[in-house]
Amino acid sequence: MHLNTNELEILKLIENNGRIDTADLAKMVDVSEKDLEVTLKKLEDMKVIVRYMTIIDWAKVDEHQGVTAMIDVKVTPKRGVGFDEVAKRIYRFKEVQSVYLMSGVYDLSVTIEGKSMNEVASFVSEKLSTLDSVISTTTHFILKKYKHDGIVFVQGDEDKRIVVSP
Amino acid sequence: MIKTSYLSKTVQELQPSGIRKFFDLAATMEGVVSLGVGEPDFVTSWSVREAAIASLEQGHTSYTANAGLLELRKEITKYMKRSFNLEYDPYHEVVVTVGASQALDIAMRAIINPGEEVIVVEPSFVAYAPLVSLAGGIPVPLATKGENGFKLTAKDLEAVITPKTKALLICSPNNPTGTQLNKEDLLALSHIIEKHDLVVFSDEIYAELAYDEEFVSFASINGMRDRTVVINGFSKGFAMTGWRLGFVCAPYELAEAMLKIHQYAMMCAPTMAQYAAVEALKNGMHDVEDMRRSYRARRNYIVKSFNEIGLDCHVPGGAFYAFPSIKKTGMTSEKFAERLLLEEKVAVVPGSVFGTSGEGYVRASYASSFEQLQEAVQRMRRFLENL
Repeated sequence: MHLNTNELEILKLIENNGRIDTADLAKMVDVSEKDLEVTLKKLEDMKVIVRYMTIIDWAKVDEHQGVTAMIDVKVTPKRGVGFDEVAKRIYRFKEVQSVYLMSGVYDLSVTIEGKSMNEVASFVSEKLSTLDSVISTTTHFILKKYKHDGIVFVQGDEDKRIVVSP
Repeated sequence: MIKTSYLSKTVQELQPSGIRKFFDLAATMEGVVSLGVGEPDFVTSWSVREAAIASLEQGHTSYTANAGLLELRKEITKYMKRSFNLEYDPYHEVVVTVGASQALDIAMRAIINPGEEVIVVEPSFVAYAPLVSLAGGIPVPLATKGENGFKLTAKDLEAVITPKTKALLICSPNNPTGTQLNKEDLLALSHIIEKHDLVVFSDEIYAELAYDEEFVSFASINGMRDRTVVINGFSKGFAMTGWRLGFVCAPYELAEAMLKIHQYAMMCAPTMAQYAAVEALKNGMHDVEDMRRSYRARRNYIVKSFNEIGLDCHVPGGAFYAFPSIKKTGMTSEKFAERLLLEEKVAVVPGSVFGTSGEGYVRASYASSFEQLQEAVQRMRRFLENL
């Protein structure tokens, strides 16, 4: 679908800040607040804006226990439906955060979140590798997130500029 | 012991920049929200920084050709062609300089004879008039008016031309007003330039930061290429201020004359920065686009917010400065800036430092994070309410 300049502008601005105040956003795009709300609603209805989410650095939270693993999955595609059917069977599990069809030596890249390594391991051995089309799995646990969805997790650089300059 | 009397007359007569005073004051304070910064808030793109690191690893630590790396000059001419539809010969018509500031300096010195006048369109960047004086010329300030959105008109220009006038120095989009001249504006000026046989120093350092209308280079106007020195650089559009890298594009005779000064006074621009600039021109245009989009949104926000809190502000077409009027407060721009800094810890630059026609205005740079801009607006609202 084709979007106009204002719609693209709005998407670019909220992509990294979903909580921005609509009055401020309207000023930035140079439209009325009412028009902005109509546009946002339209983009939401069209599922162009799928959901407003928050990027949380859970590693900083002591109470949070959890591990993330990325699993390379080799599968046998089925006649007629290709990879879509097996992908669907995988992405329906709530433990699964993302599923991508990949070029290269394996077919699906699956991200799993679990409370512990054991939990992830049993998901892979009991649910994932037992699927008919799955030929093999290789599980990689994430040890540390440096950057996620374009956001660097370590503290940002402070402003190093001199306070007043010509 | 060196006494003041030993100093050259030219330097003794030179006034220190009024910006200095505000820097000294603001630098001592804690918790200042600064709208006084004349440079991007972005750090140079990593790919550009990485190219400089790689150049050091490969041992590119020697001089380059006086005019700059040929590879860079070729990239510059390609850029001038694709962005502004201007053709320059990379072998004879481009000089890579230490910032646009040095480009201005060698341009002035190459062209001005003692006593010749250079028309400086004000409000203007603080260095213009001093650079004219240092080159032996006489800066003739030409005021533009807030009522016209600080646009220079052909009529205003013609009114200050004398038999001694040699050149016009112009900057669009402008620091500090943000005003951009479009094709019609430049065309109107070009007739006067031609009629009086003037040279144009066109400072196009903010060319990449034009938000509403397409940027047009003065040299691309019919008949202007052969009398225009285009001054540009990497500081603003590519967020590379600290690298000190600029360039001039000018017709052969002018470029050769500037190169003569450059080779004796500077030798060449920093090699590491030149390698970085090659990468910026080859692969950095997407980042420039992202930065432009970000500035545009912040410009819209700050200009609307200023008007809302009672500071009349025209919509600046480019650069990253808003130039609101503070005349309603009855204060001089210096008093306003000083009180705003002391009472609410917001730094802006008084318009008067950019020439007498800047009096009654302040320059507020919106090259700061959105949160900082919000905070600044809130503090300025309170400041105005408590007057």
